[in-house]
Amino acid sequence: MIDVTLESVSKRFARAGDTAAVDDVDIRIAAGEFFTLLGPSGCGKTTTLRMVAGFYFPTSGRIRFGQEDVTNRPPNKRDTGMVFQNYALFPHLTVAQNVAYGLKIRKVGRAESKRRVEEALGQVHLAGYGDRRIDQLSGGQQQRVALARALVIRPRTLLLDEPLSNLDAKLREETRVEIRRIQREAGTTSIYVTHDQAEAMAMSDRIAVMESGRVQQIGAPQEIYHRPANAFVARFIGRSNVLSLPVAAAGPETVTVALPGGEQVAVAAPAEHGLGEGTTALVSVRPEHIGLTSATGAGALSGRVTELEFTGMATNLVVDVAGEPVQVAAIDVPAGLAAGDQVGLRLPVERMWVVRP
Amino acid sequence: MSTIPATPSAATVPPATGDPAPPRARRSRRFTVGANSPWFPYLLVFPLALILFGYVVQPMFATFAESVGVDGLANYTTFLTGDGVARSALVTSLVISAASVLLCGIVGVAMAFLLKRFSFPGRRLIEAIILVPAALPPLIGAISFQLLYSGTGILPRGLQHLFGTENPVLPFSGIAGVLVVHTFTMYPFFYLATSAALVGMDPSVEEAAYNLGAGRVRVWRTVLLPMLTPALVSASLLVFMTSLASYTAPLLFGVDQTMTMQIYINRTNGDLPMASTYASVLGVVSVLFLLGMRWYEGRRSYRSQSKGIAAHRREITNPFGRWLALLASVLATVVLLAPVGTIALVAFSQDGSWTTEVIPSAYTMRNFVTILTDPEAYRPIVNSLQMSVIATVGCVVVGVLIAYAVRRLDFRGRGLLDVAVMLAWALPGTVVAINLISAFSTGNAFSLGQVLIGTFWIMPLAYFVRFLPLVFRSSSATLAQLDPSLEEAARNLGASWWRAFGTVTLRLMLPGVLAGALLAFVHGVGEFVASVLIYTSETAPISVEINNRMYSFEVGTAAAYGMLQIVLIFVVMVVSGRLESGPKASREAARWTA
Repeated sequence: MIDVTLESVSKRFARAGDTAAVDDVDIRIAAGEFFTLLGPSGCGKTTTLRMVAGFYFPTSGRIRFGQEDVTNRPPNKRDTGMVFQNYALFPHLTVAQNVAYGLKIRKVGRAESKRRVEEALGQVHLAGYGDRRIDQLSGGQQQRVALARALVIRPRTLLLDEPLSNLDAKLREETRVEIRRIQREAGTTSIYVTHDQAEAMAMSDRIAVMESGRVQQIGAPQEIYHRPANAFVARFIGRSNVLSLPVAAAGPETVTVALPGGEQVAVAAPAEHGLGEGTTALVSVRPEHIGLTSATGAGALSGRVTELEFTGMATNLVVDVAGEPVQVAAIDVPAGLAAGDQVGLRLPVERMWVVRP
Repeated sequence: MSTIPATPSAATVPPATGDPAPPRARRSRRFTVGANSPWFPYLLVFPLALILFGYVVQPMFATFAESVGVDGLANYTTFLTGDGVARSALVTSLVISAASVLLCGIVGVAMAFLLKRFSFPGRRLIEAIILVPAALPPLIGAISFQLLYSGTGILPRGLQHLFGTENPVLPFSGIAGVLVVHTFTMYPFFYLATSAALVGMDPSVEEAAYNLGAGRVRVWRTVLLPMLTPALVSASLLVFMTSLASYTAPLLFGVDQTMTMQIYINRTNGDLPMASTYASVLGVVSVLFLLGMRWYEGRRSYRSQSKGIAAHRREITNPFGRWLALLASVLATVVLLAPVGTIALVAFSQDGSWTTEVIPSAYTMRNFVTILTDPEAYRPIVNSLQMSVIATVGCVVVGVLIAYAVRRLDFRGRGLLDVAVMLAWALPGTVVAINLISAFSTGNAFSLGQVLIGTFWIMPLAYFVRFLPLVFRSSSATLAQLDPSLEEAARNLGASWWRAFGTVTLRLMLPGVLAGALLAFVHGVGEFVASVLIYTSETAPISVEINNRMYSFEVGTAAAYGMLQIVLIFVVMVVSGRLESGPKASREAARWTA
């Protein structure tokens, strides 16, 4: 177990002009932590992971494993275990030979190697598959061989590059539970790259949300969900309404804003929000936190339903409130509600949160 | 064309029958005749099979019969016993082929790695011209290397002048000269196979090995080489076969004791049984290689499972390395363009003016004027064009139908038909010529009782046999890429089967067919190996004329003919490059392995 530190790491590719693929990233991953780099495609998450693995070298900044500076060390001297998006299994070797590859390089004895390969295959529920050829396995099985191959060498850090993206939805959910179980058992510091926010939320101890090469926010899943740092994070994680509301008064950790109905409410805000009276605040409101109600009171609004979509678990509505579309996910919807109807909404003032632009 | 009497009738009956859709249609309209009849595949295939038997398979047997006709098996025992010419020719041919595989392998694999894995100044230019030396017609290619590297060649004489030595420096002659020609003209088999494998290889597999702690040498040994093995094995087989069939290089560098040269020498000495013996032995070896290749290709190859990940090119950043790379690029460019450049230069030289100088001293346009205006001199050009056009038409009609039959029809003996076409491809040109001589020096059912030897028709027939596989391969490759559901979609939209075939399948096959036809045509215009054994003074094609002019020291005129062939080839390469679609590497690979 070892902690991993990225200090002001930037990566510029010669061909891509002057824009940085990764721009001044600072991350400290604790020993044994399951840490996720999350972001849309092209945000720099895979580039960051590949710098940790040693396939790219940072243009500037340092990468440390514990106290050890590994910034410019070649990938084969880093002792990381990587699971590739397409698994990258050696097609000319059997399952057992694939898993044993790293052990052979580490000069592990034959008997010990055999034992560890069997153990690793058992761990991923592939005991007895050692003699199979790679093309005789299903996608999910290949994925697990890749995981066994990475773990059997007992790497200092486990790197996973979108390992579930080639699996179908059901298998994906099963496998993510498995990966997390195995990681907990091994206690290996892990860095996981994904663009799927649900996956990230479900698996991670902490998440770094990235966009345009920059880290937008680092935090535990709950923190990122409930206290998004900015409008991008609010919209990218789950769904969110980001309402632009005029500021009536600003305190150190609260901002009083005026709702479309004219009512003034106090909303929690991050420290140093930089807002003052007369400015406009961006307020994040989760659709599932908005209630449908006919009562009046704090945070009550009314609007007209423009779209209505029944998903089974909830009904997704788009409600036009004074010209601004507000998304609502309601579990209880009055029978017969249809597009065009007027509805009353109640904003969850206590769960609303001011975000930076 | 009398040689393929069956094809017109086959062409008028569109080759419609049995791609995946028709069986269903057939069941519902059981009593109709024509394309929906279950017998239709056989009606189409029978004439095709007859053509292949008559002009490819049966002549092989005729050659064997010829070889044992007079002395029984005595001719063959000379291969096994004693230290005669036969045995040493076989050994020399095999040794030259093995050495060619080794040299082409080193050059081709190294080039593929440099060009596909590294980024350096001049890379794109080299990638664009890398196939130029190998694209030359066989005779003119060998001549250009002779003019460049033999004892009287430009390079050894140039170095002699430069260093002031008494003799030419580093002249290539004999077997070494043959190996130079083979290396330059056959390394593309390795280059293209390795490039395609490297480009198709998933780079993360290599990265996985690094990630698990393997160093560069170990990654090479345990991952890259094993994954390249299928490509390397098939390239080796191809180079071996091509070297075994090589005839112009030993001819020009005076290596008499090879199989192909012995066929030629015995034929010109009038000993047809002995020539047939050599041809039979060479034919059998070639067929064994063909079968070996088909067996090997049937095994699995390591295709990348993921798509769309570009291979990482390593940028050469160290300044010394960059200069070295630049220097090497310039050198490579010169070496690659030198053969064409030499032919172009010599084409403007005055016949007889070039004796001991490094390069010709007197220049003129007269060579081109002569070959285009003198009736005697342009006769070979007309011959070549005429014979190539006739052969190409035959190749297209028969090749497309066979491709369709093999790919889309279901009938007994389909594999056999496929092998028979490729047999024509595997047989060396000299063997094809001897086979035709043996078969058609007397009247024969397939020549409608006529003696073809000594007539005009034997020439286009030889071209047809040699280049049919080219049209077949490119048609078949295009057909393989066509999703049968396209035809089904057309039918679903209401098109009749005939209409769907005509407006969709045939239409979409057209680029591949045309590319194959152009290829067959230029190969016809450049053909030398078979022609030289069967031409008459009236039917001499361009390459034979080039050879004759070389013998009478009219090097300039010979080179001028060569320039015509070269220009034609490059025009066709550009045109067919536009016709074909698909990834560049595989397209080139298909063209070269065709």
